[in-house]
Amino acid sequence: MSLQKIITLRPILIDKLKNRTTVLEIKDLHVVVEGEGTEILKGVNLSIGKGEIHAIMGPNGSGKSTLSKVVAGHPEYEVTQGDILYNGESILEMDPDERAHAGIFLAFQYPVEVPGVTNSTLLRESYNTIAASRGREELDPLEFEDYIKDKLELVEMNPEFLNRSVNAGFSGGEKKRNEIFQMAVLRPQLSFLDETDSGLDIDALKVVSSGINQLHGSDDSVVLVTHYQRLLNYIEPDFVHVMINGVIAKSGGKELALKLEDQGYEWLNAYGTVNGEG
Amino acid sequence: MSETIDMSETKELESMIGEEYKYGFSTDIEYEGFPKGLNEDIVRKISAIKEEPEWMTEFRVKAYHAWKEMEEPEWFNATYNSPEFDKIQYYSSPKDKPKKDSLDDVDPKIRETYEKLGIPLDEQKMLSGVAVDAVFDSVSIFTTFKEKLAEAGVIFCSISEAIQKYPELVKKYMGSVVPARDNFYSALNSAVFSDGSFCYVPKDTICPMELSTYFRINNMDSGQFERTLIICEDNSHVSYLEGCTAPMYDKNQLHAAVVELVAMENAEIKYSTIQNWYAGDEDGKGGIFNFVTKRGICKGDNSKISWTQLETGSAVTLKYPSVIMKGDNSVGEFFSVAVTNKRQQADTGTKMIHLGKNTKSTIISKGISAGNSNNSYRGAVKISKKAENARNYSQCDSMLIGQTCGAHTFPYIESANPTGKIEHEATTSRVGEDQIFYLQQRGLSEDDAISLIVNGFCKEVLKELPMEFAVEANKLLGIKLEGSVG
Repeated sequence: MSLQKIITLRPILIDKLKNRTTVLEIKDLHVVVEGEGTEILKGVNLSIGKGEIHAIMGPNGSGKSTLSKVVAGHPEYEVTQGDILYNGESILEMDPDERAHAGIFLAFQYPVEVPGVTNSTLLRESYNTIAASRGREELDPLEFEDYIKDKLELVEMNPEFLNRSVNAGFSGGEKKRNEIFQMAVLRPQLSFLDETDSGLDIDALKVVSSGINQLHGSDDSVVLVTHYQRLLNYIEPDFVHVMINGVIAKSGGKELALKLEDQGYEWLNAYGTVNGEG
Repeated sequence: MSETIDMSETKELESMIGEEYKYGFSTDIEYEGFPKGLNEDIVRKISAIKEEPEWMTEFRVKAYHAWKEMEEPEWFNATYNSPEFDKIQYYSSPKDKPKKDSLDDVDPKIRETYEKLGIPLDEQKMLSGVAVDAVFDSVSIFTTFKEKLAEAGVIFCSISEAIQKYPELVKKYMGSVVPARDNFYSALNSAVFSDGSFCYVPKDTICPMELSTYFRINNMDSGQFERTLIICEDNSHVSYLEGCTAPMYDKNQLHAAVVELVAMENAEIKYSTIQNWYAGDEDGKGGIFNFVTKRGICKGDNSKISWTQLETGSAVTLKYPSVIMKGDNSVGEFFSVAVTNKRQQADTGTKMIHLGKNTKSTIISKGISAGNSNNSYRGAVKISKKAENARNYSQCDSMLIGQTCGAHTFPYIESANPTGKIEHEATTSRVGEDQIFYLQQRGLSEDDAISLIVNGFCKEVLKELPMEFAVEANKLLGIKLEGSVG
């Protein structure tokens, strides 16, 4: 969305937009499924500043999960128009691992199981690969064990988790918690959390939210992709965007989320089919 | 896992796998051998050149006649042009004198070959704790650490040497587990076997080091027919590993070995294989036919035989390392990882034959298919009438990479005793785009992602390999499935 558009929305946002450093700039992004014609994103504009928390809401099939995957570089999608700038540079040509090295993190809606590979093996490999790519020091197994101790506490995870195969046999809630744990270990600059709240009971939601709040600081940015307003009771966003039918239909402050909670998405029907076809 | 895979993904995954075969070089040395083709005269000549005793010659000649009467088997889930038996050279040896007492006598070119393969024959340079018998084409070139083993009473030498020095042992056990007439290829091997390894562990002895044989086929026209015989007496223990490579020739070469294991009371034999013969090219041209008969017998009570194999090479692999559990309370194990890529075909598995009471067998098989390859698990579990309380547990998992490969499971179960318990589990999964994307999102490269997924899949089997070789095995798996994604 253009800056101008935000400014006209609410005067209070103007303060927040002053002196901001843009981390992610999505410009007129059009995306189709690789090898198919159907357009899923139809001209998305979005600007994320350093230290900000954004929420992207929208009904099922509106394209919000697709947007997160496209930013992370999922090969299933093809960008047909527009650009994604990260710290001022286009990332469209970068492989997913290069984007991860650059500091982009995606907490998956459906974390994938990797049988036989322990959580700690993956995490250390992941941490060290990213560290090496950024010229930081790699950690040996003992140092790593030390490093992740308090990260485990952050999401109230049993250390036993480390010796279990990645996501194999985890409950839905454990998988989501594990994603936030990985985020804590990898300390990304920009995190997309795709439906992290879905499948969590209220206690788990509180733990996960508190973890995210503690991790978030002035140097990193978080994008919460969610269907429900409930998560935003625990994590306060600076901006809320509503995605409908492949575009950002409306942006505003956190009160926008409350309005959605109250009135649903129907009042935004002008932007397309709300219960969109995808 | 239940995701579906579309074609675009398949293509990408395919390009990710299959690296050049780095053991494909050949060594230029002079050979002496016999004319191609097989008849009784050639069989007798092989025996004569090895100065074998009469009984050995007769064993060979009888096997040859048995072989002539037999039909080439065709029941495998693999298609290939049958080996041209009249065009194989059945004996080929480096012209240089065959058996060496000192490493200095070994042809430097051959020494260099083993160095290049990462198997230095110099004891100083070797992995400590591993003794090696190096077999080059048809003959054993050199055996390391013989003296150290002799101190412990362990005999480890080439089978040719054993026939000369320990004829009673060889005569007693050779053919006792795999009779010459057992099958077409065992008959052929019994007639023409050129060399191989022999190991004898006396009573109450824990073999002080890992034993290994490294097989190398160099000559383009020669077949390789080794014979391995391992005998482990009461209360003894030995761990043995074989490794195999061959140059890249665009012609198929036949490797038809026979391995026999005998475990007496309370004895334990652990036999591991890392097979990386040349697999042929993208179009299925060339590569080794790996038609091997391996069988062990748990002769004494409370004995144990364990087969672990990592099969990554060969154009066609047909092998079923088996255990006959004759002694009461004896244990048979089979742990296998079979990787096929390009146009490779593998039909491999095991036979667990329960004869004694309270015998127990475990089968864990992991098949990974990629490219246009075909990977079959074929396993038989038989519980005989007298085998009270026999137990078997089988687990056969297949992993598919891409859309054009195949994975098959053929379990055969037969129980003649109502107290027997047989469990069989099987799964099939795919390495999916989502799995790779997930790991890439966590910073891993595509290659590392595949390698991690595959290693995780094979973990239960890889951990059975001797420590000294586990690293090599991990690397080999990585190379086999690593790709050249630009």
